[in-house]
Amino acid sequence: MKRFLGFVKKEFLHIFRDYRTLFILFGIPAAQILIFGFAVSTDIKNAGVAFLDLSNDEITQKLTDKIVSSGFFKKTENLLNYNDIDVIFKKGKTKAVVVFEKDFGKKLVSDGKASLSIIADGSEPNTATLVTNYATAIISDFARENAGPSLNNSLRINPEIKMFYNPNLKSHFMFVPGVITMILILICALMTSVTITREKEFGTMEVLLVSPLRPIQIILGKVMPYFILSFINVLLILALSWFVFALPVKGSMALLLAESMLYILMSLTLGILISTVSSTMQQAIFISLIGLMLPTILLSGFIFPIENMPKIYDYVSMIMPPRYFIIIIKNIMIKGTGLLYIWKETLILIAMTIVFIGLSVRKFKIRLE
Amino acid sequence: MQKVIESSGINKSFGSTKALNDISFDVNESDVFGFIGPDGAGKTTLFRIITTLLLPDDGELKILGIDSITHFKELRKNIGYMPGRFSLYQDLSVEENLNFYATVFGTSVQENYDLIADIYSHIEPFKKRLAGQLSGGMKQKLALSCALIHKPALLVLDEPTTGVDAVSRSEFWDMLAKLRKHKITILVSTPYMDEAMRCDRVALIQNGHILTVDEPQNIRDAFPRKLFAIRSASKYKLITTLRKFEWTNTAFPFGDSVHVTFTNDTAYNSVIEYLTKEGISDAAIEETKAGIEDRFLELMENGAKA
Amino acid sequence: MTNNPVISVHNLVKKFGSFVANDNLTFEVYGGEIFGFLGANGAGKTTAIRILSGLSKPTSGEVLVAGYDAYHQTEKIKKNIGYMCQKFSLYEDLTVKENIILYGGIYGMSKSLIRSRLKDLLSRLKFEEYENRTISDLPLGLRQKLAFSVAVLHEPRIVFLDEPTGGVDPITRRQFWEMIYETAERGITVFVTTHYMDEAEYCDRVSIMNEGKIVALDTPGKLKKQYNAESVEEVFIKIARPYKN
Repeated sequence: MKRFLGFVKKEFLHIFRDYRTLFILFGIPAAQILIFGFAVSTDIKNAGVAFLDLSNDEITQKLTDKIVSSGFFKKTENLLNYNDIDVIFKKGKTKAVVVFEKDFGKKLVSDGKASLSIIADGSEPNTATLVTNYATAIISDFARENAGPSLNNSLRINPEIKMFYNPNLKSHFMFVPGVITMILILICALMTSVTITREKEFGTMEVLLVSPLRPIQIILGKVMPYFILSFINVLLILALSWFVFALPVKGSMALLLAESMLYILMSLTLGILISTVSSTMQQAIFISLIGLMLPTILLSGFIFPIENMPKIYDYVSMIMPPRYFIIIIKNIMIKGTGLLYIWKETLILIAMTIVFIGLSVRKFKIRLE
Repeated sequence: MQKVIESSGINKSFGSTKALNDISFDVNESDVFGFIGPDGAGKTTLFRIITTLLLPDDGELKILGIDSITHFKELRKNIGYMPGRFSLYQDLSVEENLNFYATVFGTSVQENYDLIADIYSHIEPFKKRLAGQLSGGMKQKLALSCALIHKPALLVLDEPTTGVDAVSRSEFWDMLAKLRKHKITILVSTPYMDEAMRCDRVALIQNGHILTVDEPQNIRDAFPRKLFAIRSASKYKLITTLRKFEWTNTAFPFGDSVHVTFTNDTAYNSVIEYLTKEGISDAAIEETKAGIEDRFLELMENGAKA
Repeated sequence: MTNNPVISVHNLVKKFGSFVANDNLTFEVYGGEIFGFLGANGAGKTTAIRILSGLSKPTSGEVLVAGYDAYHQTEKIKKNIGYMCQKFSLYEDLTVKENIILYGGIYGMSKSLIRSRLKDLLSRLKFEEYENRTISDLPLGLRQKLAFSVAVLHEPRIVFLDEPTGGVDPITRRQFWEMIYETAERGITVFVTTHYMDEAEYCDRVSIMNEGKIVALDTPGKLKKQYNAESVEEVFIKIARPYKN
């Protein structure tokens, strides 16, 4: 028994002397609670809504005001015709479009019923469902409020709900692009960070450093094989999505592949950067896999919209490459957009890649300390 | 003869630990130069500075006539380095390792094959075997071949014989001796004192200080006192008793005898009597020549520089 | 040195698959003896030591350590031996005192015994100032000496030392061997492997292994006479060929 207690005491001592373990023990759960608490939400706040008002009367105005002042929505634009809907969804800020039919107000007063459409962006099924539910509730409320003695007992406003891009609201439209984003960055960063730290651990790095090889050659030399192999990987993943989930690629396949390769390159160079701050493989694995995974899943907008999170998470997610790639990949695959709508995100990814390479080359120690 | 390495006043600290203290030494072309000292003496740190992997805090270091701090890129093409732990790619074969290093240095295995032929011939039958599956002695030979393949002017070997059995160690030094004819200057570090005798010149290093630099015979011969070897079957009793003898200066076990120096030149005449009185009846004494290790111990005890 | 063998090995065979690591080893080690176990890397030394220290079981043959059988009584063997391996058995982030208390506890020693041995050890090694320093703060030589003291803290019958003086400076090495001598005088058998051939001379008897077999076993003096050699190193080179790949 004494033996056992002595051993337990030693284990406590190890833990308290090792700051990293303490951090894992206490820091990570705290971080998780904070992230899950705030990032994960099943409410909506300030979801962008656009209006296609084909009637333009007092009543549609009132209803619009009610929707916009509810706190759940914020008006993005007033559309002029149906073609604008695709365009505005592609821009990304609008989650739903409310379409009032012609003579909405008149019909409501004379017939006691009128129709409107709520068209939601189906590429984010979670949000789409929430948005339509909330909108429908506000509209029903409006109907009840205004069913006064001057009109019939009830007003019927029938919202016709349509999902744009993802008519059957298949959730894997949301998941598969998100999973692709996550897997690519994790695996690529992991691979390059490990291959460099492995050389450090085994001591072969010392000999490489003393050779005529320049740091940029070593870095690119490490990236190259993984780049090529990852390309094959992307093809594989897309093939799987198509055959198993029937996920279409609405936009240009060439553009999708090009953007994927950019993202992969960025992820590989991120791995190199991680390796410059890790001295062992264990550290590299920890940072690449565990360090990146949770933020990628929760803060990139993969599952939970960034708009619903407190502003600070929004800022944090701005430095996260997956946030941009998700937009790119969803746009191309599900919305079928071209470079026109995703040039900003593409540029950001290019910039990030260059920064990572630059930093890596600079931090890549040509000497041992 | 050109000096391959010229250094003076090299200092290096890591945090509060001073790893190297005012190191100064020269190495001549084609020399086999040994750094002899235990772990923690500073050998690896010094070698890393020489191979340009670390910067000294201060001091001057010229290698092959070039300043090592500013012109390290040129130097790296002309140095062959074999760090501790052999640093080979465990998952590549013997052949693949050799080809890799040849290519990285802009040459091919065939070009300088004559240089490594003697060494490589021992492992060539296993050229398809993965480096991780070789024995210690074979890894040593492969690492040496890889370091030599680009015909460097300076070969730096950090503890190549550590952890390897006595037979392989001896073979390794035979191989190094044969390299002399190719005019390659070799810098070797080792904790084994006896290997000092196989070098042209030697620096004894301890705790970041160089105790002395000279040809091994000179170091040996400069032993300041008469040295005696005393034998007895009761080894431990012999040592403890000798230490109590009033004229004993130093007494160290050395294999099957104890090496003793006396503070008094004539004391050796009376020591046997003393030992017999103390119960050691089979003690035998003879004067002996000091070896490198004796000198090392003497220098350590006195903290002197020669 | 008494005449009762504390280690008794007869026809020990250890196979890994079809590979024979230990090929019919037979030898005895006596109480209070310093026994040197030499051989090239891969000769089978580590395998044999693992069996003797109760860490692995023989394939066949008779092996008794401290009177206990290596097949069925490995736990009893472990209780009666000390072990010091090359890669330090001390916890780097614990202090000297904490390590000693920990190991004392593991060996089942009483608190008061631990305390008194601790005091004893610290004064003998002149370590008093290091009592509360972590192991990582100590220089190599001191660590070595401490590790050895901890291995014999519980006064076992046998202590196994696996290349204990690797890389240490010559003075510390000798001090270490004086500790070994002192320990042997107390009646503890010391079973040591080493690459330093001159250390082989410090042993009472020495065995040399080659390719799984024992090819020589005797006092250093007799071996040198037998092989007409000036040192054990010469004997070694004459008979121990490197491991055949």
